[in-house]
Amino acid sequence: MTWSEMQPLLSQGTVDTLYMVLWSALVTVIGGLPLGILLVLTDKGGLLQNVVVNKVVGAIVNIGRSLPFIILLIALIPFTTWVVGTFIGPSAMIVPLAVGAIPFFARLVETAVREVDHGLVEAVQSMGGSVPTIVRKVLLPQALPSIVSGVTTTVIVLIGYSAMAGAVGGEGLGSKAVTYGFQRFDNQFMLITVVLLVVIVTVVQLIGDLAVRLLARRGRATS
Amino acid sequence: MITTSGLTKVYQSRGREVTALDGVDLHVREGEVYGVIGQSGAGKSSLIRCVNLLERPTSGTVTVAGQDLTALAGRGRRAGKGLREARSRIGMVFQHFNLLSSRTVRGNVELPLEILGISGQARSRKALELLDLVGLADKAKSYPGQLSGGQKQRVGIARALAGDPKVLLSDEATSALDPETTRSVLQLLRDINQQLGLTVLLITHEMDVVKTVCDSAALMRQGRIVESGTVDGLLATPGSELAHALFPVGGAATGPDRTVVDVTFLGEAAARPVISQLSRTYNIDISILGAAMDTVGGRQIGRMRIELPGRYEDNVVPIGFLREQGLQAETVDAPSDGSPDVPARTADPLTKEVAK
Repeated sequence: MTWSEMQPLLSQGTVDTLYMVLWSALVTVIGGLPLGILLVLTDKGGLLQNVVVNKVVGAIVNIGRSLPFIILLIALIPFTTWVVGTFIGPSAMIVPLAVGAIPFFARLVETAVREVDHGLVEAVQSMGGSVPTIVRKVLLPQALPSIVSGVTTTVIVLIGYSAMAGAVGGEGLGSKAVTYGFQRFDNQFMLITVVLLVVIVTVVQLIGDLAVRLLARRGRATS
Repeated sequence: MITTSGLTKVYQSRGREVTALDGVDLHVREGEVYGVIGQSGAGKSSLIRCVNLLERPTSGTVTVAGQDLTALAGRGRRAGKGLREARSRIGMVFQHFNLLSSRTVRGNVELPLEILGISGQARSRKALELLDLVGLADKAKSYPGQLSGGQKQRVGIARALAGDPKVLLSDEATSALDPETTRSVLQLLRDINQQLGLTVLLITHEMDVVKTVCDSAALMRQGRIVESGTVDGLLATPGSELAHALFPVGGAATGPDRTVVDVTFLGEAAARPVISQLSRTYNIDISILGAAMDTVGGRQIGRMRIELPGRYEDNVVPIGFLREQGLQAETVDAPSDGSPDVPARTADPLTKEVAK
């Protein structure tokens, strides 16, 4: 393949990959954040201690996390079809990607929120703060740097998943690598897609680290 | 202002029951600074947390400003609206400050105001006012991570005052601070108490804190209040453990040929040359075995252990003279027959206890 043949394939692949990753990341954050907080609140000794809810949510999250993504991808085909109308294409892939990443992200959020000093929660309770207030004004802001770093990790995991999704009817760089690089034995093309994925991951990591640094700077002694 | 009656707290810990509070009756009057002192594990922390129901007492009632908080609490773990409103009128200061590192100093002071639903402008005005009161007006834009321990606690105090509370609870507020900072923070608490007429309930393991700011004090041991009363009153009570702990004086006890007397000077009596008058009037030699003089709640208080020659029977008249001068005088008997020396023994662990 010449460069002029490769170029449109690669740019289309990159656009599709970014499209799938960013949308599924958004859905993951929206779904995983409340789940992670719920896990902390309902835990033993938590503000909304509820053993049943905690065990059920915990079990669902664990099942979601222990399924290999490629199997989840196939198992979810009926669900994806029901939600999007098809199970092929970048938009359809957002569903299994988000479903696969939500449990992962929820655990990251749980860890981040659990690390918030209980004294702060007590302080806001002593001011008459309700549980929603505590979540909004203490748990989330205090855990924000860790949560942002969890988002970065999740986005990178999603980039990996999205490449896998390429094998099962998704689009994006993974799909292009399989079709052109693997099935047509075009090693040069394969190499370029790999480099592109590495670049995307690196850029995401750099942006994430920068955001965490900016957030963490507030709390640190600089004087 | 704060009354607890029959307050009991039992923790379940690995199937065992631990009694942290065992029927505590506490009465804090309006406008006073009340100190609860005791060693770690005596139940002080549980007590102060039960006052605003951060911890639910197992039984007993808590009344703050005429409102029965235990009745407001209901049964669930979650604090209902009534309890939350009541809490917003009780300020609390913590040993480890508990400031949000994600907010500026001003943001931290504004937090309780946000909870009270006060609008933006009024909030920032009030926050700056309070920061001015605690002497940190110039630090409004700093983050807690940039402040020293003493400054952090001042922010903590400003935050506790934001909701215009009638009552301030202080949970070992100075225990993480060095002695000099401790003094300035205590001075601030005292000023606030006097300027705003705030009732302060504080718990501490440091005798110095009681000595410096408290009007009244209680001694806690194993979940019970062993002794309580005004600091003046306690000092005037023969055999009071707190008084001995506040003013430990050494020296041997009464023997066959000598009489040892503890003399407590209160207020203006502290300024009069009583001992030399005694010596001249009765022509006796007096040796001073130990003495301590300090200012408690703004009043001079002294304690002295003196030795008079001869048996107790020979010294009834001089001791009577001391009492006539308005002093507390009690003979110190040998430890074998009892009470007066017991406090001297217990005074040690109390004053020497170190921060957790």
